[in-house]
Amino acid sequence: MSQQIETAKTPSPPAKESEGTHLVREIMSGNAVISVLAVVVALVIGGILIAVTDPRVSAASGYFFADPMATLSAIWSSISEAYGALWRGATYDPTARTWQGQLGIFETLTFATPLIFSGLAVTLAFRAGLFNIGAQGQIILGATFAGAVGFGMHLPPVVHLLVVILAGALGGAIWGGIAGFLKAKTGAHEVIVTIMLNYIAISLVLYLLKNQLKDPNSSNPISPQMDANALFPLLLGPNFRVHAGLILAILAVIGVAWLLNRSTLGFEYRAIGANPKAARTAGMLVSRGYITVMLISGALAGLAGVAQIAGTEKSLDSEIAGSIGFDAITVALLGRSKPWGTFFAALLFGAFKAGGTSMAVNADVSIDIVAVVQSLIVLFIAAPPLIRSIFRIKESRREGVSA
Amino acid sequence: MKLELKGITKSFGALVANDHIDLVVESGEIHSLLGENGAGKSTLMNVLYGLYEPTFGEILIDDQPVKFSGPADAMAAGIGMVHQHFMLVPVFTVAENVALGGESTTFGGILNLNDTRAKVREVSARFGFNVDPDALVEDLPVGVQQRVEIIKALVREAKILILDEPTAVLTPQETDELMEIMRQLKANGTSIVFISHKLREVKAISDTITVIRRGKVVGSAEPGTSTTELASLMVGRAVNLTLDKAAATPGDLTFKVSNLTVMSDAGQRLLDDISFSVADGEILAVAGVQGNGQTELTEAVLGLHKHISGSIMLDGNELVGRSVRQVLDAGVGFVPEDRQDDGLVGEFSIAENLVLDLYTKEPYSRWGSMNRAVIGKNAEEKVAEFDVRTQSAQDAADTLSGGNQQKVVLARELSRPLKLFIASQPTRGVDVGSIEFLHKRIVAERDAGTPVIIVSTELDEILELGDRIAVLFAGKLMGIVPGKSSRELLGLMMAGLPANEAQAQLDGNAATMEGERS
Repeated sequence: MSQQIETAKTPSPPAKESEGTHLVREIMSGNAVISVLAVVVALVIGGILIAVTDPRVSAASGYFFADPMATLSAIWSSISEAYGALWRGATYDPTARTWQGQLGIFETLTFATPLIFSGLAVTLAFRAGLFNIGAQGQIILGATFAGAVGFGMHLPPVVHLLVVILAGALGGAIWGGIAGFLKAKTGAHEVIVTIMLNYIAISLVLYLLKNQLKDPNSSNPISPQMDANALFPLLLGPNFRVHAGLILAILAVIGVAWLLNRSTLGFEYRAIGANPKAARTAGMLVSRGYITVMLISGALAGLAGVAQIAGTEKSLDSEIAGSIGFDAITVALLGRSKPWGTFFAALLFGAFKAGGTSMAVNADVSIDIVAVVQSLIVLFIAAPPLIRSIFRIKESRREGVSA
Repeated sequence: MKLELKGITKSFGALVANDHIDLVVESGEIHSLLGENGAGKSTLMNVLYGLYEPTFGEILIDDQPVKFSGPADAMAAGIGMVHQHFMLVPVFTVAENVALGGESTTFGGILNLNDTRAKVREVSARFGFNVDPDALVEDLPVGVQQRVEIIKALVREAKILILDEPTAVLTPQETDELMEIMRQLKANGTSIVFISHKLREVKAISDTITVIRRGKVVGSAEPGTSTTELASLMVGRAVNLTLDKAAATPGDLTFKVSNLTVMSDAGQRLLDDISFSVADGEILAVAGVQGNGQTELTEAVLGLHKHISGSIMLDGNELVGRSVRQVLDAGVGFVPEDRQDDGLVGEFSIAENLVLDLYTKEPYSRWGSMNRAVIGKNAEEKVAEFDVRTQSAQDAADTLSGGNQQKVVLARELSRPLKLFIASQPTRGVDVGSIEFLHKRIVAERDAGTPVIIVSTELDEILELGDRIAVLFAGKLMGIVPGKSSRELLGLMMAGLPANEAQAQLDGNAATMEGERS
């Protein structure tokens, strides 16, 4: 009933858009409070799952009525141990055996780096009204291009890395640009096209790994190692994996924030995203906007591929993109398609990844719980009314009460 | 059935949208609710229809208090509502739409539409609606879609019909047809609540008029009350309904359209060999029933059409074949027909909307970087100059009322030196107070020596603004007549008679009348 009133309150739909687009827009443009609460609720439910699957809790609950405190303390220790291990693993763990292992924060940053790039890719395209599901394929192409010049060429320091970075951006831009071009020229829906391009990308890289890009000294479909000059320098020496790609990622956040909020190009993208017809009437070239935004978006995802191959993986295989391209969509959702929001969401997901292992090892909680929490976050963000009703938040009423 | 609202109050937080409203609608009466956009008319009707729960007050039907917890209750009590924006499923047939929510099914849950079809035919025949129950709603003209909404209410045996701004989407002809339908319904004993801000319509159809301003009933009036009086009651101050407009002083003919033909993608002729010209300091008003090529004419000038032949010359430069950007840069100010769809980006701030087609120009941006300070200052100035009613220029454009949105579009388009100003439906869905202001600004632009083209489906507006009037019919120019031409002449031309034939027919009629008299 309350929902009905909320919708009835809007006397004139601001733009005639399909129900689906409207929903996606609402999900992507909600406020930061919803994002934070979604994470909190997801962690609470994750905690419940940890507790009920813990044998100590079930053992203590056997004599619940005799000693209820025992059950409660078992629940408390189960959850606090698990999340404590997650937190320490992602930040600082004084109990770890090696001093490198104590500083999990740097692993968090390492995992976050490609997520920042690819999250920005999804964010930027979304602001121009395009749902880029194809970050995965663009990362693969970026990594492939970066790898091809990274182990295929031998150039002096700095120059080689620059060439690798540019090649990776180019690879992603081509893959994203195809979707943008098809959208602009034929109206093909970018969601379908980018999904299909993901499949093509994975098949393409497998083919190349069995032929042109294959390491002749290996029987597996894997490429040769990157040249040392082609790698991102490590920021904190050989003991930590965190690399200069992180700095590039932060620069990318600043760049995209400037692009979206301050530049004329970003103004165009946002206008096209919010109301393409008005953008066209105001003299903007909507189709050119679709193409260029997908080129930039693809290039950003391609840089995530560079961060993978020139930062952590150092050689190309078919698993180079992991699940980064798909996590990127969640990161952009959680970040409310704002550049800095995306940055912090990527840090969170990096922390989950870094802390998840520690949780599995130190608290004996399955690493799958991290995946569950991540999925729950998506669920709660995708259903803002759910979070609103849990926390009794009123929907921000953008329309005044008119009519 | 008699309907009574007693002390209805509805507040949203601090905002009181309805403040102790009392209203009595007698059986078989057409009761008009007159008020500006944002006065609280629709809120009141949503309370009546069970969509909102009133904060205070009660609803009585035949002197019995009733309580609605949703539209279903209201419908069961015999209240039907036709919303301003139709609640129809475009891909369903008429019968499917009518059945929606009250479907009858046969064994196994199979939909039985035969009953509904019969009912639609019956209602349609009774009131001469001429609606085919098996037609797809998306294929129907807007006027007919509205009848489907009325049929929906009648099939559910509504005794009180609420029509929320029903004429806002209709052409003058369709409006006349709707009024005929309303009279028939009334004769049949149905009460009608007619919500509008158009004075002429309200005067033409009502038995009683209740005027609402800022959520309060400020008075009721007889249909005989003068338009000026109604307008000042509605706006809360004296309103000048006739525009003070000096005679035009046309200069050189700087805008020339010759042999302009526009084809649709499907190869249909949308505009057929149009030639005309507009002089500096002159308003050419383009009249015609909606959909006779006016939209295409303005869009063709702006460069939005692909299949175009002929020539559009502005100040000696050819506009055909140029991009929208180039046309705007050539000095064309353009107010599109649908401000929400084409004129504004709703979620952008007013300040951003005020530079929507100027953002690439200095000082608003330099080296691809927007200058927020200048854009903000520009917004402050324009908001003050055009009297845009808003808390802040940083508010989103879709928080504004229709009239204020239109002021934003006009402020943007008039805020640079123009060589041609084109405005489509400049006052559609705009309240009386704003119309006066918008018209003055348009005339001021003319007086500054700019050629102006106004496209409107409202004859009042055409006659008020036009120094000359062009009439389009089926994509052809029926002729250009002086600004003070008679409504009859324009009506005949809008129905497809070329100017000379229309004039001849009028003269002929006059002659026969003379002859009969002598």
